[in-house]
Amino acid sequence: MLDQAEGYITDDGRKIGGVVMEMKNITLRFGGVVAIKDISFDIREGEIRAIIGPNGAGKSSMLNVISGFYVPSEGEVWFRGEKRPPMRPYEIARQGIARTFQNIALFEGMSVLDNVMTGRLTQMKSGLFSQALWKGKAEAEEIANREIVEQVIDFLEIQHIRKTPVARLPYGLKKRVELARALAAQPKLLLLDEPMAGMNVEEKEDMCRFILDVNDEFGTTIALIEHDMGVVMDLSDRVVVMDYGKKIGDGPPDEVRNNPDVIDAYLGVAHD
Amino acid sequence: MPDQLLFAMEVTLNGLMAGVLYALVALGFVLIYKASGIFNYAQGVMALFAAMTLVGIMDGQVPFSHLINAIFGTDVHHFGWHLPGLLAILLTMVVMAVLAWGVQQFVMRHLIGQEPIILFMATIGLAYFLEGVADLMWGSEIRKLDVGLPQGINETIDGVTYDMFGYGFFIDNLDIVATVIAALLVIALVIFSQYTKQGRAMRAVADDHQAALSVGISLNFIWVMVWSVAGFVALVAGIMWGTKSGVQFSLSLIALKALPVLMLGGFTSIPGAIVGGLIIGVGEKLFDFLFGPMLGGATENWFAYVLALLFLVFRPQGLFGDRIIERV
Ligand SMILES: Nc1ncnc2c1ncn2[C@@H]1O[C@H](COP(=O)(O)OP(=O)(O)OP(=O)(O)O)[C@@H](O)[C@H]1O
Ligand SMILES: [Mg+2]
Repeated sequence: MLDQAEGYITDDGRKIGGVVMEMKNITLRFGGVVAIKDISFDIREGEIRAIIGPNGAGKSSMLNVISGFYVPSEGEVWFRGEKRPPMRPYEIARQGIARTFQNIALFEGMSVLDNVMTGRLTQMKSGLFSQALWKGKAEAEEIANREIVEQVIDFLEIQHIRKTPVARLPYGLKKRVELARALAAQPKLLLLDEPMAGMNVEEKEDMCRFILDVNDEFGTTIALIEHDMGVVMDLSDRVVVMDYGKKIGDGPPDEVRNNPDVIDAYLGVAHD
Repeated sequence: MPDQLLFAMEVTLNGLMAGVLYALVALGFVLIYKASGIFNYAQGVMALFAAMTLVGIMDGQVPFSHLINAIFGTDVHHFGWHLPGLLAILLTMVVMAVLAWGVQQFVMRHLIGQEPIILFMATIGLAYFLEGVADLMWGSEIRKLDVGLPQGINETIDGVTYDMFGYGFFIDNLDIVATVIAALLVIALVIFSQYTKQGRAMRAVADDHQAALSVGISLNFIWVMVWSVAGFVALVAGIMWGTKSGVQFSLSLIALKALPVLMLGGFTSIPGAIVGGLIIGVGEKLFDFLFGPMLGGATENWFAYVLALLFLVFRPQGLFGDRIIERV
C-alpha cells in the first residue's frame, strides 16, 4: 500500500498522506568524518517516522540537516514538492518545522510559560508600537497566542509548573517543556531528537502517549530519533535504520526488525 | 540642620545625577553583552560618534567635507541649514541603526562562534575605527551641543531648600532632565523587552542561541537590533554629556567609568547597571566630600576603581550578576 502516492489508512485508522519531506542522496562531512553517506528517504504527511541506529550513526546529524542546523555537503532536501534552497535554521522553523534537541535547549532563565510562549514568536504579526501599547490587533493576537499556549500546556499536563523557572525542573519535565515549546508553533513537521532519553519508565510512557496523541489529534507529522527498540516499534509507522552514516534499513517496524543487516548492526549482540 | 549634613545631602543629589550618566553608558554595555556575549569596548566611542553626528546634522555640516574637498578640489563645508534638535536626533538614530547594521554585517557576522577575547579585540578595533571615522566625518574641534535642554541652577529647588534649611541646594536643571529622560528610557526598554515580540526574541537570544533559532528567531536581526538600541542609549548619553561639557573626544573616556559600574552591578543585569551607576555616582562625590581633603583631593579619579576592586575580591559576579558557580 505504501507506494500509493496518495497515501493510505493505517491499521489503527489514521490517515497517512503523500510525501511531505524527501531527502535525496544526502551526504554530510565534517572534515574527514563522514557523518551521513548518500542517504535517501522520505517522510509522509501524518506519519510517525523513526530514525534509529547505534551511537554515532549520524541520526542527530540527519535531523540537523532537516532543520537546517547543518548544511549537507551533497544532496537535496525536498519539502512539500519543492526543492529547498539553502536556508537558515530560523527560516526553516518559520516554514512550520519545529524541533527539540538531544541535549535540551531551553531558555533556562525564563519560566515554563515564557518558554512555551517563545514558540509563538514567529506567528506574531502586529507592529512594535501597537504591541508595546497593547492595542487593537496586537491585543487580539496576544490573547489568541496565549490561548494556544495554554492548550498546549494543558495537553502536556504541565499546568502545575507553568510559572516555575525552567532551570529548576528535573530532566524529564524539561524534555516535556521543550516539546511544549515546539508544539506551540503548531508545526507541520515535528522533529524530536531522543525525546525519551534519560527518562524513567513512567515518564517514558507519558511521553509515548503524548507523541501518539499529538499525531492523532492534530495530524502532526513527526520524525523522531529513539534508541529504545520497544518504543520505536510501538510508536512508528516506518523506520529508517542508520549505521556508520549509511542507511541499512527502511520500512515498517516489523520488516526492519527482521532485516538481517539491522540485526547485525543494531542488535548485533544477539546475532553471530 | 548642621551645615555639613546639608552639604552632604546636596553632594548626594549631585552624585545621583552624575550616576545616571554612568548608568546609561553601562546599560549600553549590558544590552550587547547579554544578547551576544560581546564586551563592546566601543560603547564609549559610540556615544562620542552619536553626539558628533548629532551636532554635525544640526549645524548642517557636510560630512567628510575635508576629504571631499581634498579629492575634488571643491570648497563645501555647510548645507546652509540648521535643523531643530528633535529632527536631528531622529536622523542620528537612523545613522546609529545603519552603524549597527554595518557592525553586524561587516564585522561580527564573520566572528560568530569565536572566543570572547577575539570578539573583544574586534570591538577595540571598532572603537579606533569609529573614532577615526568620526574625526574624518565631522572634524576634531570641540563643539557646543544645544538641543534645547534646560540648563543652569534650578530656582525652585534652590528656593524651596533655602526656605526649609536656610541653605539653597544647587541642582542643575540639565541633571534633572537627564535623570527623567534616563528613567523614561529604562521604562521604555523594560516594556520593549517584556511585552513586544522583538523584545521577547531578544531575551530568547540572550538565553540560548540554538533554542532561539529553533523557534524561528534570526540571530542576525536581533543582533542588529541590539546594537541599534545600544546606539540609541549611547546617543542619549552623548547628548547629556555633550550638553554639559561640549562634544569632544574625551567623551569616549566615559566608557572607562562604566567599567567599575559594570563590576559593581554585574555585566548581565539591567537593574545592576542602573543601581551600580548610582552607587558609583553618589559614592565618588560623597567620598570626595568627606575624605577628599584628608587624602589630598581628586579622589574622584580613583574611587570608582578601588570600589570595583573590592567588589571583585568579595563578590565577583557583582550585585545583580548571575552567580558564578564553579563546576567540580
Ligand atoms: N558539529 C560536528 N562537528 C564535527 N563532527 C560532528 C558534528 N556533529 C556530529 N559529528 C560527528 O558525526 C558523527 C555522527 O554524529 P551524530 O551526533 O549525528 O550521531 P547520533 O547517531 O546522533 O549519535 P547518538 O546516538 O550518540 O546521539 C559522529 O562521528 C560525530 O562525531
Ligand atoms: Mg544523536
